[in-house]
Amino acid sequence: MLLPITEIVLIVVLILLAPFTIAGLSLINTGLGRSRSAAHSLLSSLCIFAVASGVYVICGFAWQGYIGAPAHTFAAAGRQWNWLGHGPFFLRGIEFNGTSISFAAWLQIFSVGLASLIPLGACLDRWRLSAACASTALLAGWTYPLFAHWVWAGGWLAQLGINAAMGHGVIDAGGSGTIHAVGGLTALALAWILGPRRGKYSLEGMPTAIPGHNAVLVLFGCFLSLFGWLGLNSAGAILFTGAAPGRIALISINTTLSAAAAVLVAVVITGVRFGRPDVSISANGWVGGLVASSASCAFIAPASAILIGAVAGALVTYSVEWFELHLGVDDPGGAISVHALGGIWGLLAVAIFASFPVPLIDVGGGGLKGASDTGQALAQIVAVATLIGFVLPLTYGLNFALNRIWPQRVALEGERQGLDLYELGGGAYPDFVTHSEEFGQFR
Amino acid sequence: MKLAGFLLLLAGWVIVVTAVILLIPVNARTIFLFAGVAVEIVGLTLVIRSNPLAVGEKD
Repeated sequence: MLLPITEIVLIVVLILLAPFTIAGLSLINTGLGRSRSAAHSLLSSLCIFAVASGVYVICGFAWQGYIGAPAHTFAAAGRQWNWLGHGPFFLRGIEFNGTSISFAAWLQIFSVGLASLIPLGACLDRWRLSAACASTALLAGWTYPLFAHWVWAGGWLAQLGINAAMGHGVIDAGGSGTIHAVGGLTALALAWILGPRRGKYSLEGMPTAIPGHNAVLVLFGCFLSLFGWLGLNSAGAILFTGAAPGRIALISINTTLSAAAAVLVAVVITGVRFGRPDVSISANGWVGGLVASSASCAFIAPASAILIGAVAGALVTYSVEWFELHLGVDDPGGAISVHALGGIWGLLAVAIFASFPVPLIDVGGGGLKGASDTGQALAQIVAVATLIGFVLPLTYGLNFALNRIWPQRVALEGERQGLDLYELGGGAYPDFVTHSEEFGQFR
Repeated sequence: MKLAGFLLLLAGWVIVVTAVILLIPVNARTIFLFAGVAVEIVGLTLVIRSNPLAVGEKD
């Protein structure tokens, strides 16, 4: 489908904002890690994005597809269910002359890059560069395209509206589930496989605080992320849910309000509990608000966005501690809380707060996506059940198998030296003194 | 136990998908859908509990 020229200009501007999410998240991850692994973290971010975009172009988009593109289907109970795209590899077959599929492919390269960066936050200071690239290839080449096809390319989750009378099918405008929950659950799987950093837990199992090394990077990353999210949410809503371009103002307001509410709630909660606001948890709250806003940004009132963000801020604040203290999961960047839990909350928030104009984008090829909002909650619950019941085992299994072939965790000596020195041969801050005494009591 | 947890996660998802695809009456579909979600919760609990709490190591 050819887009009108004004819409093309608008979408180009929005997609050009999207890489700021990647830049922002890279800075946040780096700031929350140790100084002796800072250069490694940023180089890993670059390499992960490079591998993700390459693999996605080679085969990912072919399996993800787009609405109306060729796909594998099966018939059950008299209805056709679409489960996997089968377009040509290397983006062949796409006409780059203003078609919506060409812009979708372009936006998706940034989306898959963002999803692939999320696990790095949970694996900071102990994930080998080569293993990170290999794991990214699995995520960008298979896990992400599969779920994105189901939600964004007319797959069976998007068809729940027309095939099972569940509202409009799963709605995820900006990728709360498709980008963030998929990335966040992969982060959880990898955190389990890698285990905690040496020195994170005492001999009695109590977690030790290992603060991020640069709060300025973290907070600057938060600001950058907002720019990116405005583009990602707006372009996603237009291309994947058929939202009218006139809704960009609403989308931008909702995205901003959600992040604002989330960070304020995180600041207040940490301020009350610890006596002073905690920078890293507050920054995580900000990103959690952005994540939670993504699914419903085009279809909620600004007041609802504040509520969604506030809940996300509280959720992230408490779950960071829960994962670390009660589950023994070492997640230095807060990726699991922010992206997995924030993304799942964003999907569920659609069912609670959203109301939809019709027509939404047509995924059935023969009618509206769904004529009423009835059953929307069930559709969103099915999406969450698919994330937890299918995506988590899939991504754990793939990374577990990869870990057997290509060990993902760096050697003990690498953790002692820092990944900068061990894997890159030089540090990010050569003038800094490395303190070795923290390894005196723990490993 | 971890394997059993992941198998339960998959089993719960299969129940959800089967309910959505094969069942047409709304009540039956909703009941089976939530039954699948319940199985997933049990599976997730098993997976989480099978992950040993991290403890440090002596030098």
